[in-house]
Amino acid sequence: MKAKELKIPRIKDGTVIDHITAGNAIKVLHILGISNSSSFVVSVAMNVKSKMGRKDIVKVENRELHSSEVDKIALVAPKATINIIRDYEVAKKHRVKLGDEVIGLVKCSNPTCISNSNEPVKSRFKIIGQDPLRIKCYYCEREPEDISERII
Amino acid sequence: MKFKGKDVISIKDFSKKEINYILNYAKEMIPYAKGEKYAGILKGKVISSLFFEPSTRTRLSFESAMNRLGGRVIGFADPSETSQKKGESLSDTIRMANAYSDAIVIRHPQEGAARLAAEFADIPVLNAGDGAGHHPTQCLLDLFTILTEKKKIGKNKIVLLGDLKYGRTVHSLAYALSLYGAELTFVSPSILKMPKEVVEECKELSAEPIQTSSLEKAIKDADVLYVTRIQKERFPDAEEYNRVVGSYKIDNELLTNAKKDLIIMHPLPRVTEIDPEVDSTPHAIYFKQAFNGVPVRMALLSLVMGEKI
Repeated sequence: MKAKELKIPRIKDGTVIDHITAGNAIKVLHILGISNSSSFVVSVAMNVKSKMGRKDIVKVENRELHSSEVDKIALVAPKATINIIRDYEVAKKHRVKLGDEVIGLVKCSNPTCISNSNEPVKSRFKIIGQDPLRIKCYYCEREPEDISERII
Repeated sequence: MKFKGKDVISIKDFSKKEINYILNYAKEMIPYAKGEKYAGILKGKVISSLFFEPSTRTRLSFESAMNRLGGRVIGFADPSETSQKKGESLSDTIRMANAYSDAIVIRHPQEGAARLAAEFADIPVLNAGDGAGHHPTQCLLDLFTILTEKKKIGKNKIVLLGDLKYGRTVHSLAYALSLYGAELTFVSPSILKMPKEVVEECKELSAEPIQTSSLEKAIKDADVLYVTRIQKERFPDAEEYNRVVGSYKIDNELLTNAKKDLIIMHPLPRVTEIDPEVDSTPHAIYFKQAFNGVPVRMALLSLVMGEKI
């Protein structure tokens, strides 16, 4: 890609999250715990044209994402790709992927679900739909309506 | 068909074939449940009966079922007498019951409690109601009642009435009746309608439930009227409860429009939704339904502990 076509500049080291569902970049930042108080440089591009329609892109400088963070991103951006950048080159590239279950990542929306009490268990959801993503609590069987609001 | 060691958490954990097997086996249990015959197949076995919420029928019928089969019951009906009051977790309580008995019967106010208990127990866990969640043994005894009274479950016109939003029995029952192809009508005040997910599940099983607030119309050609109490304890605020309590009342005048062989069921306790004058009519099946909890729970205890008559 020519430099003049880039909406946001290349980064030397860090992570580029590409193919985020258009409009969900802010949710991705929330999941990553990136806020005003974060010290590293973050660039966001929203509603960028691509071959597959509109998308969002997030570039995080000097931070390589761990797999647990990647799983969380899949909850709001199931088609996102993660590019680990080292010295301007893509060192690793993979697509976010959720398994059959989401464990310990989302809080159940039901206040009286046993998983929200003081028991030694992690929250556990079964994935019942991929597009749009739908999950169901293993314990109380409730489906949270806004998954991104429930991420732990 | 393997039942030994199986947990009974939700009716959805069972196939139609398995449900039929349990119901047929429960029929065999009737003379034992009445004390006319005795078979001490569970002699030497112990169940833990852990009731974290009040109960009359479920607890007593489980205890009766175990005693009728020669087994013993330990447990509590009031959690304030246990270490839960000192802050002990449910999972630790389950670990103890697991060490002391051969099966656990649990009622708990929180949804998912029985599923969690099953994770911490090696022995079978039978869900006796988890908050607004599941009550599979009630569902089985309801199916058993319809089967014994009507000689079939499917092809009946069945009206579910009352609190369809918070009522755990009607959620499981709507699913199970759809599995059998019953014709369903849901009658409730608009704020207590059957949850969307339950209606969707029924539709996935090819049922086409009708939803209405008019009982008079629905009762005309019904074969079964399943009445539920509007449960004060499940309402988030008293004002909402006061708006809908007393919405429906079954009395003899209403029943003049019903079929002669209509049966009226209720998981009990009832408050004002069925007038006591109905009790003496042939429509009233609810006390017989409550008895049916014993043979059905006998069948389940016998099967999950692997000791058959």
